[in-house]
Amino acid sequence: MTAMQIIFLIVAAVTLGGALMIATSRRMMHTVLWLVLTLMGVAVLFALLQANFFSVVQVLVYIGAIAILILFGVMLTRRSMVDAGESLVHKNWWVVAVVIALLFAAIVISIQPWGAAHTPLVELMEFKEPISDLGEALVDPAAYLIPFEVSSVLLLAVMVAAIYIAVDRKGGKS
Amino acid sequence: MLSDWLYIAIFTGIALFLPGVAIFLAAVLSPKKPDPIKTSTYECGMETVGEAWVQFKVQYYVFGLIFLAFDVETVFLYPWAVAFNKVGLFAVLEAILFIAILLGGLIYAWRKGALEWV
Amino acid sequence: MPITYYLILSAILFVLGIAGMLIRRNAIVVFMSMEMMFNAANLLFVAYASYYQILTGQLFVFFVMTVAAAEVAIGLALIVAIYRNRKQIDVDDMSSLKG
Repeated sequence: MTAMQIIFLIVAAVTLGGALMIATSRRMMHTVLWLVLTLMGVAVLFALLQANFFSVVQVLVYIGAIAILILFGVMLTRRSMVDAGESLVHKNWWVVAVVIALLFAAIVISIQPWGAAHTPLVELMEFKEPISDLGEALVDPAAYLIPFEVSSVLLLAVMVAAIYIAVDRKGGKS
Repeated sequence: MLSDWLYIAIFTGIALFLPGVAIFLAAVLSPKKPDPIKTSTYECGMETVGEAWVQFKVQYYVFGLIFLAFDVETVFLYPWAVAFNKVGLFAVLEAILFIAILLGGLIYAWRKGALEWV
Repeated sequence: MPITYYLILSAILFVLGIAGMLIRRNAIVVFMSMEMMFNAANLLFVAYASYYQILTGQLFVFFVMTVAAAEVAIGLALIVAIYRNRKQIDVDDMSSLKG
Protein backbone atom coordinates (compact mmCIF):
# COMPACT_ATOMS: atom_id res chain seq x y z
CA MET A 1 0.00 0.00 0.00
CA THR A 2 1.54 3.25 -1.09
CA ALA A 3 1.48 6.57 0.73
CA MET A 4 -1.01 7.92 -1.82
CA GLN A 5 -3.44 5.13 -1.04
CA ILE A 6 -3.16 5.73 2.67
CA ILE A 7 -3.82 9.45 2.19
CA PHE A 8 -6.74 8.63 -0.08
CA LEU A 9 -8.28 6.25 2.44
CA ILE A 10 -7.96 8.75 5.30
CA VAL A 11 -9.48 11.56 3.22
CA ALA A 12 -12.24 9.29 1.97
CA ALA A 13 -13.06 8.21 5.52
CA VAL A 14 -13.26 11.84 6.64
CA THR A 15 -15.45 12.78 3.66
CA LEU A 16 -17.84 9.90 4.15
CA GLY A 17 -17.96 10.47 7.88
CA GLY A 18 -18.97 14.08 7.26
CA ALA A 19 -21.58 12.95 4.76
CA LEU A 20 -22.99 10.47 7.25
CA MET A 21 -23.15 13.13 9.95
CA ILE A 22 -25.10 15.43 7.60
CA ALA A 23 -27.78 12.79 7.34
CA THR A 24 -27.89 12.11 11.07
CA SER A 25 -26.83 15.23 12.98
CA ARG A 26 -29.55 16.79 15.08
CA ARG A 27 -28.41 20.38 15.33
CA MET A 28 -28.67 22.40 12.15
CA MET A 29 -25.50 24.40 12.82
CA HIS A 30 -23.49 21.22 13.23
CA THR A 31 -24.96 19.90 10.02
CA VAL A 32 -23.60 22.91 8.14
CA LEU A 33 -20.17 22.40 9.68
CA TRP A 34 -20.21 18.74 8.68
CA LEU A 35 -21.13 19.86 5.17
CA VAL A 36 -18.05 22.10 5.15
CA LEU A 37 -15.91 19.14 6.24
CA THR A 38 -17.34 16.99 3.46
CA LEU A 39 -16.73 19.68 0.84
CA MET A 40 -13.19 20.11 2.11
CA GLY A 41 -12.63 16.37 1.78
CA VAL A 42 -13.80 16.51 -1.84
CA ALA A 43 -11.41 19.42 -2.44
CA VAL A 44 -8.53 17.31 -1.14
CA LEU A 45 -9.64 14.46 -3.41
CA PHE A 46 -9.53 16.88 -6.36
CA ALA A 47 -5.99 17.73 -5.34
CA LEU A 48 -5.13 14.02 -5.25
CA LEU A 49 -6.49 13.76 -8.79
CA GLN A 50 -4.17 16.61 -9.84
CA ALA A 51 -7.09 18.89 -10.62
CA ASN A 52 -5.41 21.74 -8.76
CA PHE A 53 -7.59 24.48 -10.16
CA PHE A 54 -10.79 22.72 -9.24
CA SER A 55 -9.49 22.00 -5.78
CA VAL A 56 -9.15 25.74 -5.23
CA VAL A 57 -12.48 26.45 -6.94
CA GLN A 58 -14.15 23.92 -4.67
CA VAL A 59 -12.92 25.81 -1.63
CA LEU A 60 -13.75 29.18 -3.16
CA VAL A 61 -17.25 28.47 -4.46
CA TYR A 62 -18.56 25.66 -2.30
CA ILE A 63 -17.05 26.48 1.06
CA GLY A 64 -16.64 30.20 0.52
CA ALA A 65 -20.03 30.96 -0.96
CA ILE A 66 -22.50 28.06 -0.98
CA ALA A 67 -21.83 26.89 2.58
CA ILE A 68 -22.05 30.49 3.78
CA LEU A 69 -25.35 30.93 1.95
CA ILE A 70 -26.70 27.73 3.54
CA LEU A 71 -25.49 29.04 6.90
CA PHE A 72 -27.50 32.23 6.37
CA GLY A 73 -30.46 30.10 5.35
CA VAL A 74 -30.14 28.15 8.61
CA MET A 75 -29.94 31.36 10.61
CA LEU A 76 -32.99 32.79 8.88
CA THR A 77 -35.06 29.69 9.61
CA ARG A 78 -33.51 28.61 12.89
CA ARG A 79 -36.67 28.76 14.97
CA SER A 80 -37.96 25.70 13.21
CA MET A 81 -36.94 22.22 14.25
CA VAL A 82 -34.17 23.24 16.60
CA ASP A 83 -32.53 20.28 18.28
CA ALA A 84 -35.33 17.95 17.28
CA GLY A 85 -37.80 17.28 20.05
CA GLU A 86 -40.10 15.97 17.40
CA SER A 87 -38.91 13.26 15.10
CA LEU A 88 -35.96 14.07 12.90
CA VAL A 89 -36.72 11.64 10.14
CA HIS A 90 -39.69 10.23 8.31
CA LYS A 91 -41.70 7.45 9.88
CA ASN A 92 -40.83 4.89 7.24
CA TRP A 93 -37.12 5.59 6.99
CA TRP A 94 -36.36 1.89 6.79
CA VAL A 95 -37.94 1.77 3.31
CA VAL A 96 -35.41 4.40 2.28
CA ALA A 97 -32.61 2.34 3.84
CA VAL A 98 -33.62 -0.70 1.84
CA VAL A 99 -33.92 1.33 -1.37
CA ILE A 100 -30.49 2.94 -1.03
CA ALA A 101 -28.89 -0.39 -0.15
CA LEU A 102 -30.36 -1.85 -3.35
CA LEU A 103 -29.21 1.19 -5.33
CA PHE A 104 -25.66 0.92 -4.02
CA ALA A 105 -25.59 -2.80 -4.76
CA ALA A 106 -26.79 -2.06 -8.29
CA ILE A 107 -24.01 0.50 -8.81
CA VAL A 108 -21.32 -1.84 -7.51
CA ILE A 109 -22.58 -4.78 -9.56
CA SER A 110 -22.79 -2.65 -12.69
CA ILE A 111 -19.17 -1.49 -12.48
CA GLN A 112 -17.86 -4.88 -11.42
CA PRO A 113 -17.48 -6.48 -14.90
CA TRP A 114 -15.92 -3.35 -16.39
CA GLY A 115 -12.45 -4.51 -17.43
CA ALA A 116 -10.72 -1.16 -17.20
CA ALA A 117 -11.82 -0.47 -13.65
CA HIS A 118 -8.46 -1.32 -12.17
CA THR A 119 -6.42 0.89 -14.46
CA PRO A 120 -4.27 3.20 -12.36
CA LEU A 121 -5.03 6.87 -12.88
CA VAL A 122 -2.23 9.05 -14.15
CA GLU A 123 -1.81 12.78 -14.29
CA LEU A 124 -3.24 14.76 -17.19
CA MET A 125 -0.03 14.62 -19.18
CA GLU A 126 -0.65 16.27 -22.50
CA PHE A 127 -1.92 19.50 -20.99
CA LYS A 128 1.02 21.46 -19.74
CA GLU A 129 -1.10 24.38 -18.58
CA PRO A 130 -4.58 23.06 -17.80
CA ILE A 131 -5.96 26.39 -16.62
CA SER A 132 -4.87 28.14 -19.80
CA ASP A 133 -6.37 25.34 -21.89
CA LEU A 134 -9.58 25.62 -19.90
CA GLY A 135 -9.71 29.33 -20.62
CA GLU A 136 -9.16 28.77 -24.32
CA ALA A 137 -11.89 26.15 -24.42
CA LEU A 138 -14.31 28.45 -22.60
CA VAL A 139 -14.06 31.27 -25.13
CA ASP A 140 -13.69 29.13 -28.24
CA PRO A 141 -16.88 29.37 -30.34
CA ALA A 142 -16.28 25.81 -31.50
CA ALA A 143 -16.09 24.54 -27.93
CA TYR A 144 -17.81 26.00 -24.89
CA LEU A 145 -18.59 29.60 -25.73
CA ILE A 146 -22.37 29.17 -25.64
CA PRO A 147 -22.43 27.40 -22.26
CA PHE A 148 -20.10 30.10 -20.95
CA GLU A 149 -22.47 32.89 -21.92
CA VAL A 150 -25.58 30.94 -20.97
CA SER A 151 -24.21 30.37 -17.48
CA SER A 152 -23.96 34.15 -17.21
CA VAL A 153 -27.64 34.40 -18.13
CA LEU A 154 -28.37 31.66 -15.57
CA LEU A 155 -26.62 33.62 -12.84
CA LEU A 156 -28.54 36.75 -13.85
CA ALA A 157 -31.83 34.85 -13.63
CA VAL A 158 -30.80 33.46 -10.23
CA MET A 159 -29.99 36.90 -8.85
CA VAL A 160 -33.22 38.46 -10.08
CA ALA A 161 -35.44 35.56 -9.03
CA ALA A 162 -33.88 34.94 -5.63
CA ILE A 163 -33.95 38.63 -4.70
CA TYR A 164 -37.55 38.86 -5.86
CA ILE A 165 -38.54 35.84 -3.77
CA ALA A 166 -36.46 36.52 -0.67
CA VAL A 167 -37.03 40.23 -0.11
CA ASP A 168 -40.12 40.74 1.99
CA ARG A 169 -42.40 43.08 0.11
CA LYS A 170 -44.73 43.61 3.03
CA GLY A 171 -41.88 44.66 5.26
CA GLY A 172 -41.51 48.13 3.78
CA LYS A 173 -39.29 47.27 0.81
CA SER A 174 -40.09 49.30 -2.28
CA MET B 1 3.41 18.80 -8.64
CA LEU B 2 2.23 16.81 -5.65
CA SER B 3 5.05 18.13 -3.50
CA ASP B 4 3.38 21.56 -3.68
CA TRP B 5 0.37 20.00 -2.00
CA LEU B 6 2.68 18.41 0.53
CA TYR B 7 3.67 21.86 1.73
CA ILE B 8 0.01 22.79 2.12
CA ALA B 9 -0.59 19.55 4.00
CA ILE B 10 2.31 20.31 6.34
CA PHE B 11 1.03 23.84 6.91
CA THR B 12 -2.46 22.49 7.58
CA GLY B 13 -1.05 20.01 10.05
CA ILE B 14 0.84 22.74 11.91
CA ALA B 15 -2.18 25.05 11.80
CA LEU B 16 -4.35 22.36 13.36
CA PHE B 17 -1.68 21.19 15.80
CA LEU B 18 -0.73 24.48 17.45
CA PRO B 19 -4.22 25.67 18.46
CA GLY B 20 -5.06 22.12 19.50
CA VAL B 21 -2.06 22.02 21.82
CA ALA B 22 -2.91 25.46 23.18
CA ILE B 23 -6.51 24.52 23.91
CA PHE B 24 -5.53 21.17 25.37
CA LEU B 25 -2.87 22.64 27.64
CA ALA B 26 -5.22 25.39 28.75
CA ALA B 27 -7.86 22.81 29.59
CA VAL B 28 -5.38 20.67 31.52
CA LEU B 29 -3.45 23.36 33.38
CA SER B 30 -6.05 25.98 34.19
CA PRO B 31 -7.58 25.99 37.68
CA LYS B 32 -11.32 25.44 37.70
CA LYS B 33 -13.23 27.16 40.50
CA PRO B 34 -16.56 28.09 38.96
CA ASP B 35 -19.10 30.17 40.78
CA PRO B 36 -22.38 31.62 39.47
CA ILE B 37 -20.93 35.02 38.67
CA LYS B 38 -17.96 33.63 36.77
CA THR B 39 -20.09 31.32 34.66
CA SER B 40 -22.57 34.01 33.69
CA THR B 41 -22.45 35.03 30.04
CA TYR B 42 -21.14 38.53 30.62
CA GLU B 43 -19.32 38.62 33.91
CA CYS B 44 -19.03 42.39 34.02
CA GLY B 45 -21.62 44.00 31.81
CA MET B 46 -25.32 44.38 31.33
CA GLU B 47 -27.67 41.54 32.00
CA THR B 48 -28.78 40.04 28.72
CA VAL B 49 -32.38 40.55 27.70
CA GLY B 50 -34.30 37.94 25.76
CA GLU B 51 -32.67 35.03 24.01
CA ALA B 52 -29.93 34.82 21.42
CA TRP B 53 -32.22 33.07 18.94
CA VAL B 54 -33.38 36.23 17.26
CA GLN B 55 -34.65 36.32 13.72
CA PHE B 56 -31.87 37.29 11.35
CA LYS B 57 -32.41 39.89 8.70
CA VAL B 58 -33.01 38.66 5.18
CA GLN B 59 -30.39 41.18 4.06
CA TYR B 60 -27.68 38.73 5.10
CA TYR B 61 -29.10 36.25 2.64
CA VAL B 62 -29.35 38.77 -0.19
CA PHE B 63 -25.75 39.87 0.24
CA GLY B 64 -24.61 36.25 0.37
CA LEU B 65 -26.55 35.58 -2.80
CA ILE B 66 -24.95 38.45 -4.71
CA PHE B 67 -21.55 37.37 -3.42
CA LEU B 68 -22.22 33.83 -4.66
CA ALA B 69 -23.15 35.04 -8.16
CA PHE B 70 -20.05 37.18 -8.50
CA ASP B 71 -17.88 34.48 -6.94
CA VAL B 72 -18.93 32.08 -9.68
CA GLU B 73 -18.32 34.84 -12.22
CA THR B 74 -14.76 35.28 -10.92
CA VAL B 75 -14.14 31.56 -11.19
CA PHE B 76 -15.28 31.67 -14.80
CA LEU B 77 -13.13 34.67 -15.63
CA TYR B 78 -9.97 33.29 -14.06
CA PRO B 79 -9.13 30.74 -16.79
CA TRP B 80 -9.98 33.37 -19.38
CA ALA B 81 -7.49 35.76 -17.75
CA VAL B 82 -4.80 33.07 -17.66
CA ALA B 83 -5.34 32.37 -21.37
CA PHE B 84 -5.56 36.07 -22.18
CA ASN B 85 -2.39 36.13 -24.29
CA LYS B 86 -3.44 33.18 -26.40
CA VAL B 87 -7.00 34.25 -27.22
CA GLY B 88 -7.77 37.22 -29.41
CA LEU B 89 -9.89 40.32 -29.25
CA PHE B 90 -13.03 38.27 -29.81
CA ALA B 91 -12.53 36.60 -26.43
CA VAL B 92 -12.30 39.99 -24.76
CA LEU B 93 -15.66 40.94 -26.26
CA GLU B 94 -17.10 37.65 -25.03
CA ALA B 95 -15.86 38.31 -21.51
CA ILE B 96 -17.28 41.85 -21.64
CA LEU B 97 -20.63 40.42 -22.69
CA PHE B 98 -20.41 37.92 -19.84
CA ILE B 99 -19.76 40.68 -17.31
CA ALA B 100 -22.41 42.96 -18.83
CA ILE B 101 -25.12 40.32 -18.45
CA LEU B 102 -24.23 39.87 -14.79
CA LEU B 103 -24.13 43.62 -14.25
CA GLY B 104 -27.82 43.52 -15.12
CA GLY B 105 -28.38 41.45 -11.99
CA LEU B 106 -26.41 43.90 -9.88
CA ILE B 107 -28.39 46.83 -11.28
CA TYR B 108 -31.63 44.98 -10.56
CA ALA B 109 -30.57 44.36 -6.96
CA TRP B 110 -29.61 48.00 -6.65
CA ARG B 111 -32.83 49.37 -8.10
CA LYS B 112 -34.83 46.96 -5.97
CA GLY B 113 -33.21 48.38 -2.89
CA ALA B 114 -31.81 45.01 -1.87
CA LEU B 115 -28.36 46.49 -1.33
CA GLU B 116 -29.56 48.91 1.34
CA TRP B 117 -28.98 47.90 4.93
CA VAL B 118 -32.17 48.67 6.77
CA MET C 1 -4.26 4.48 -7.77
CA PRO C 2 -7.03 2.59 -9.56
CA ILE C 3 -10.07 4.50 -10.74
CA THR C 4 -12.26 1.99 -8.88
CA TYR C 5 -11.44 3.74 -5.63
CA TYR C 6 -12.93 6.95 -6.90
CA LEU C 7 -15.91 5.16 -8.42
CA ILE C 8 -16.77 3.47 -5.15
CA LEU C 9 -16.20 6.61 -3.10
CA SER C 10 -18.38 8.62 -5.43
CA ALA C 11 -21.09 5.95 -5.32
CA ILE C 12 -21.10 5.93 -1.52
CA LEU C 13 -21.20 9.73 -1.39
CA PHE C 14 -24.08 9.78 -3.87
CA VAL C 15 -26.03 7.13 -1.98
CA LEU C 16 -25.50 8.97 1.31
CA GLY C 17 -26.80 12.10 -0.40
CA ILE C 18 -29.91 10.26 -1.53
CA ALA C 19 -30.35 8.86 1.97
CA GLY C 20 -30.11 12.29 3.57
CA MET C 21 -32.45 13.74 1.00
CA LEU C 22 -35.13 11.09 1.46
CA ILE C 23 -34.88 10.58 5.19
CA ARG C 24 -34.54 14.05 6.68
CA ARG C 25 -37.51 16.33 7.14
CA ASN C 26 -35.74 19.68 7.30
CA ALA C 27 -35.71 21.28 3.84
CA ILE C 28 -32.26 22.79 4.27
CA VAL C 29 -30.75 19.38 5.03
CA VAL C 30 -32.36 18.16 1.84
CA PHE C 31 -30.50 20.90 -0.03
CA MET C 32 -27.22 20.02 1.65
CA SER C 33 -27.66 16.40 0.62
CA MET C 34 -28.25 17.59 -2.92
CA GLU C 35 -24.95 19.49 -2.80
CA MET C 36 -23.28 16.26 -1.74
CA MET C 37 -24.75 14.46 -4.72
CA PHE C 38 -23.45 17.21 -7.02
CA ASN C 39 -20.05 16.74 -5.42
CA ALA C 40 -20.12 13.00 -6.04
CA ALA C 41 -20.84 13.67 -9.72
CA ASN C 42 -18.05 16.25 -9.87
CA LEU C 43 -15.63 13.75 -8.39
CA LEU C 44 -16.52 11.29 -11.13
CA PHE C 45 -16.10 13.95 -13.81
CA VAL C 46 -12.62 14.85 -12.57
CA ALA C 47 -11.61 11.20 -12.15
CA TYR C 48 -12.69 10.37 -15.69
CA ALA C 49 -11.02 13.50 -17.08
CA SER C 50 -7.77 12.13 -15.77
CA TYR C 51 -8.65 8.61 -16.93
CA TYR C 52 -9.37 9.59 -20.53
CA GLN C 53 -6.70 12.32 -20.59
CA ILE C 54 -9.10 15.01 -21.85
CA LEU C 55 -10.12 18.28 -20.26
CA THR C 56 -13.82 18.04 -21.12
CA GLY C 57 -14.64 16.38 -17.83
CA GLN C 58 -13.04 19.19 -15.90
CA LEU C 59 -14.93 21.75 -17.97
CA PHE C 60 -18.18 20.10 -17.06
CA VAL C 61 -17.32 20.51 -13.39
CA PHE C 62 -17.49 24.26 -14.04
CA PHE C 63 -21.02 24.08 -15.31
CA VAL C 64 -22.13 21.64 -12.62
CA MET C 65 -20.82 24.05 -10.00
CA THR C 66 -22.68 26.93 -11.62
CA VAL C 67 -25.92 24.99 -11.69
CA ALA C 68 -25.37 23.88 -8.08
CA ALA C 69 -24.85 27.49 -7.02
CA ALA C 70 -27.99 28.56 -8.90
CA GLU C 71 -30.02 25.72 -7.42
CA VAL C 72 -28.98 26.41 -3.85
CA ALA C 73 -29.58 30.16 -4.18
CA ILE C 74 -33.10 29.78 -5.57
CA GLY C 75 -33.92 26.90 -3.25
CA LEU C 76 -32.87 28.75 -0.13
CA ALA C 77 -34.79 31.83 -1.25
CA LEU C 78 -37.87 29.65 -1.59
CA ILE C 79 -37.27 28.12 1.84
CA VAL C 80 -36.91 31.56 3.37
CA ALA C 81 -40.17 32.64 1.73
CA ILE C 82 -41.95 29.47 2.88
CA TYR C 83 -40.62 29.93 6.40
CA ARG C 84 -41.89 33.50 6.41
CA ASN C 85 -45.38 32.35 5.52
CA ARG C 86 -45.69 29.12 7.48
CA LYS C 87 -43.06 29.43 10.25
CA GLN C 88 -41.67 25.97 9.56
CA ILE C 89 -39.73 24.20 6.83
CA ASP C 90 -40.70 20.59 7.35
CA VAL C 91 -40.90 18.94 3.93
CA ASP C 92 -43.61 16.59 5.18
CA ASP C 93 -45.91 19.51 5.81
CA MET C 94 -45.34 21.29 2.50
CA SER C 95 -48.26 19.54 0.96
CA SER C 96 -50.66 22.36 0.17
CA LEU C 97 -50.27 21.69 -3.58
CA LYS C 98 -51.47 18.13 -3.09
CA GLY C 99 -54.94 17.70 -4.53
